[in-house]
Amino acid sequence: MAAILVFSERDEVAFQLLGEANKLGEQLGMEVAAAALGLSDADGFLSRGVSTVYTAKNEELKDFEASVYAQALEQVAKQADAAIILLGSTRRGKELAGRLAQKMKVGSLTDAGRLEVIDGRVVCSRNAFGGATVAAQTILEGIQVIAVSPSAGEAPAAAEPSGSVAEVALVLEPARIKKVATAPKSQDSANIEGAEVLVCVGKGLAGEAELKMVDELAQALGGLVACTKPLATDEKWLPEERIVGLSGKIGKPALAICLGISGQVQFTVGIRDAGTIVAVNTDQNAFIFQMADYGIVGDLHQVVPELTAALKG
Amino acid sequence: MNIYVCVKQTVDLQQVRIRKETREPVLDGVPLTIGNIDKNALEEGVRLRDKLGGKVIGVSAGSEELNDTIKEALAMGADEAIMIIAPELEGAESSTVAMALAKAIEKTGEIGIILLGEGSSDNYSGQVGPRIAEILDLPQITYVSSLEAEGNTVKAVRNLEDCFETVEAEMPVVVSVVSEINEPRIPAVTQILKAGRKPKQIYSPAELGVEIAGSQIKTISNLAPEQDRKRLLFQEGVGQDVKSLVAALESEGLLGR
Ligand SMILES: Cc1cc2nc3c(=O)[nH]c(=O)nc-3n(C[C@H](O)[C@H](O)[C@H](O)COP(=O)(O)OP(=O)(O)OC[C@H]3O[C@@H](n4cnc5c(N)ncnc54)[C@H](O)[C@@H]3O)c2cc1C
Ligand SMILES: Nc1ncnc2c1ncn2[C@@H]1O[C@H](COP(=O)(O)O)[C@@H](O)[C@H]1O
Repeated sequence: MAAILVFSERDEVAFQLLGEANKLGEQLGMEVAAAALGLSDADGFLSRGVSTVYTAKNEELKDFEASVYAQALEQVAKQADAAIILLGSTRRGKELAGRLAQKMKVGSLTDAGRLEVIDGRVVCSRNAFGGATVAAQTILEGIQVIAVSPSAGEAPAAAEPSGSVAEVALVLEPARIKKVATAPKSQDSANIEGAEVLVCVGKGLAGEAELKMVDELAQALGGLVACTKPLATDEKWLPEERIVGLSGKIGKPALAICLGISGQVQFTVGIRDAGTIVAVNTDQNAFIFQMADYGIVGDLHQVVPELTAALKG
Repeated sequence: MNIYVCVKQTVDLQQVRIRKETREPVLDGVPLTIGNIDKNALEEGVRLRDKLGGKVIGVSAGSEELNDTIKEALAMGADEAIMIIAPELEGAESSTVAMALAKAIEKTGEIGIILLGEGSSDNYSGQVGPRIAEILDLPQITYVSSLEAEGNTVKAVRNLEDCFETVEAEMPVVVSVVSEINEPRIPAVTQILKAGRKPKQIYSPAELGVEIAGSQIKTISNLAPEQDRKRLLFQEGVGQDVKSLVAALESEGLLGR
């Protein structure tokens, strides 16, 4: 039976993909298989209902490197008779998707949000034009390599395992990239995707010290502080986990407050599903006001403390 | 040594508007430009050339209108340009574009580094780089936020979700960059004038042996999501505005969470 093969270099992402894989499997009459390569947790897949878990213990798989893992997955996919390969759309996962699809000479889609089955093929929603539009795209022929956004699915609950493990013998060319050092990022545990209230700041903020005032507003609202990309990548005032938008997190809060943010699409795509949007900006023509339910034309340095005081009122 | 930089021509996204009735993007008359992050790739190429010597060659696949974009790349410091031109290459899928770029690079000569952006402005799929690496059987370093080269060795820092990873590889190598790697220069007028005189090579896909088959990726629809916002602007002075806002949020039940 043709299979849906699930893989991510991060087990927790792969487990989330299983939720999507199960739905597709039911509609298409395919079984769900997983590749637990290197140090991945084969039992974790079994207890989440996977029917066949492919493992391999090659030395080359100890560390993730996309070109090596592309070779491994091509071989596993053959063995599993995979018709669909679901990967996590992380940075490593996107590189893997391109390598693997090119190796197999098939089409690939990355950053897929919602997945649907139409005429026996998977149709993916993904942002286009920087997030200004949502495109529904499908791979017309052959094996479908699809990298799914990590936040798109929910992991199935653990249950009694019923599937089996198949160890495969892989032939792999070693990596030509040498890892010299790894510096972990400080783990910021803020759950931007799940937050009910987001207080987002942008380059209207004049200095790092002013984050305190933004924090106080977020606390008064029971929300989290998030930011536009330049505040994290250029200024480094906030960790990158707080970036909202195309290359950051996509939120769905009841309330999003945007302070000193111009409202370019790559940002607004991250908050456009918010229930209510509030914008504060000195420029009354700022595009963010087109997206907002309520807007205050004014200096955030004045508005934020007053708003916090009024809320505490 | 040749440093190739792949630059894509796209519409200036800041100027794309949405037709309200149909939710379709309006692309007519929107100026074309080099992708945002491709400018970072180009800047990095120029910076490396200034240190290592050799040539920076801008490479682009697209329609006839490519000339302006390539001129922008030459003004930003590329020494030469290669264009692969065919109407079907405009908005073509990653596999076709990657094949055209890879074949043109291979034909041009010795490869030191092939630079790309982490994602193109309009499609942002990050697929062209890994596909080129696979076609040319080269190592690749993706999502690079800092890059150095010495002799034949490239040392890079990758910005990944959970860590910064420092890696090394030998040239030839494919490198994709993130926007924080540098600040792209704005070309001086003299550079813009010089750009028109720099060498340009044009290929058709057929000349490169690239077959443009029917598209494997089908776009079924591409619309802006429904947005229904109140767009109420308070403009009575900060004190009053804050009061009005708090009252509005209160009435929507958004406070006291
Ligand atoms: C491929 C790609 C992916 C990207 N992904 C993301 C992403 O995920 N997230 C993201 O945010 N960006 C992303 N960007 C960048 C994005 O295009 C914008 O550059 C960015 O969102 C702009 O941030 P900003 O609004 O803070 O800054 P600006 O555009 O500089 O806007 C600052 C705003 O502050 C206002 N202002 C100034 N002073 C004050 C004041 N005192 N009080 C009130 N208002 C004031 C100004 O009027 C202006 O509107 C991406 C770009 C690319 C090319
Ligand atoms: N048509 C093209 N011509 C030249 N370079 C391209 C083209 N399409 C994509 N690229 C390069 O590939 C990178 C990634 O694009 P994408 O895979 O579309 O996200 C871009 O940042 C460019 O450097």
